[in-house]
Amino acid sequence: MRRPKSSFSIYFSEGFQDGIPIALGYISVSFAFGLAAIRNGLPSWVPLFISMTNFTSAGQFAGMDLLLAGAGLLEIVAAILVINIRYMLMSFSLTQKISKRMRFWQRFVLSFGITDEIFALASQRIQPLKPAYLGGLILSPYLGWVLGTLLGATAGFMLPPAWRSALGVALYAMFIAIIIPPAKKYSPVFVVVIIAAALSCVLRYVPVLSTISGGWRIIICALAASGAGALFCPVSEARLRLRR
Amino acid sequence: MPLDYSRITFVVLIMALVTYLTRALPLLFFRREITRPLIRSFLYYLPYAVLAAMTIPNILYSTSSFYSGLAALAVGLILSFFEKGLLLTALGAALAAFALEKLLGLY
Repeated sequence: MRRPKSSFSIYFSEGFQDGIPIALGYISVSFAFGLAAIRNGLPSWVPLFISMTNFTSAGQFAGMDLLLAGAGLLEIVAAILVINIRYMLMSFSLTQKISKRMRFWQRFVLSFGITDEIFALASQRIQPLKPAYLGGLILSPYLGWVLGTLLGATAGFMLPPAWRSALGVALYAMFIAIIIPPAKKYSPVFVVVIIAAALSCVLRYVPVLSTISGGWRIIICALAASGAGALFCPVSEARLRLRR
Repeated sequence: MPLDYSRITFVVLIMALVTYLTRALPLLFFRREITRPLIRSFLYYLPYAVLAAMTIPNILYSTSSFYSGLAALAVGLILSFFEKGLLLTALGAALAAFALEKLLGLY
């Protein structure tokens, strides 16, 4: 069957528009990143370069801190790996969701754009993911991420200190906005979220356990909570297909 | 502290490579369809669990004061409960932190 030529641009612009709320959220977060970089004495091109090549929130914040602290390459690589290993699980989950005909080079390029928020939106889509849709869904947040970094690294010093402090919560508030709506509609998601959050507090505050680094804490909590969810509340086939 | 820009460039590229590989390896080399309900359910819950573990309790330490972090968490939960979207939730939470820090006289 021959498709009309414009189907690429229709899917692409649909994805691009779906990504705009993420892009706007990203601007505030990456603004904070660019600002933190220049406050630590880095020239503006460094945070911009990091945002353009890494395109990851928690990982690049941690990577920059370690870089500034003079950490060795091995330590930086280990930290990035632990913080970002969750992407492997998301990528694995997306293998079940993307259209079967997606080519190797398309997978190669689109892999770059798997972030928490893009993944969350992509996995909630009912249809199989087409490369054009995913490309659009990645491009608008990417532009927002780079633009926010640029603004933070060049004009961030103009922002009053009270605003700089308040911007620190933007990243986490965005995570909350992703988690809560599905948790409200489907109670097992709520339970999984509570388990992950409670366990994260235990690992953070209980002596001895609190020596576990932040990256490992996320992995342990995520595996335990999703494992418990899968064991005790397996998701019905219909819901898996709907991803809602 | 003098900065070594060629080292920074090198380390940033390595960071980018490591990050890319975590995202790309499964998508590039795993093609089978998973049928086991247990694993499918696990993958369904995973993103929510990851984000919850990243947010709690870190949000409480993301501003100048524990209490402004707490205010941001509360406002974020309320706004997301009413499904106000990513942007409004992020801005509303930041505004709450800002207001509380003003009230506490931090700035």
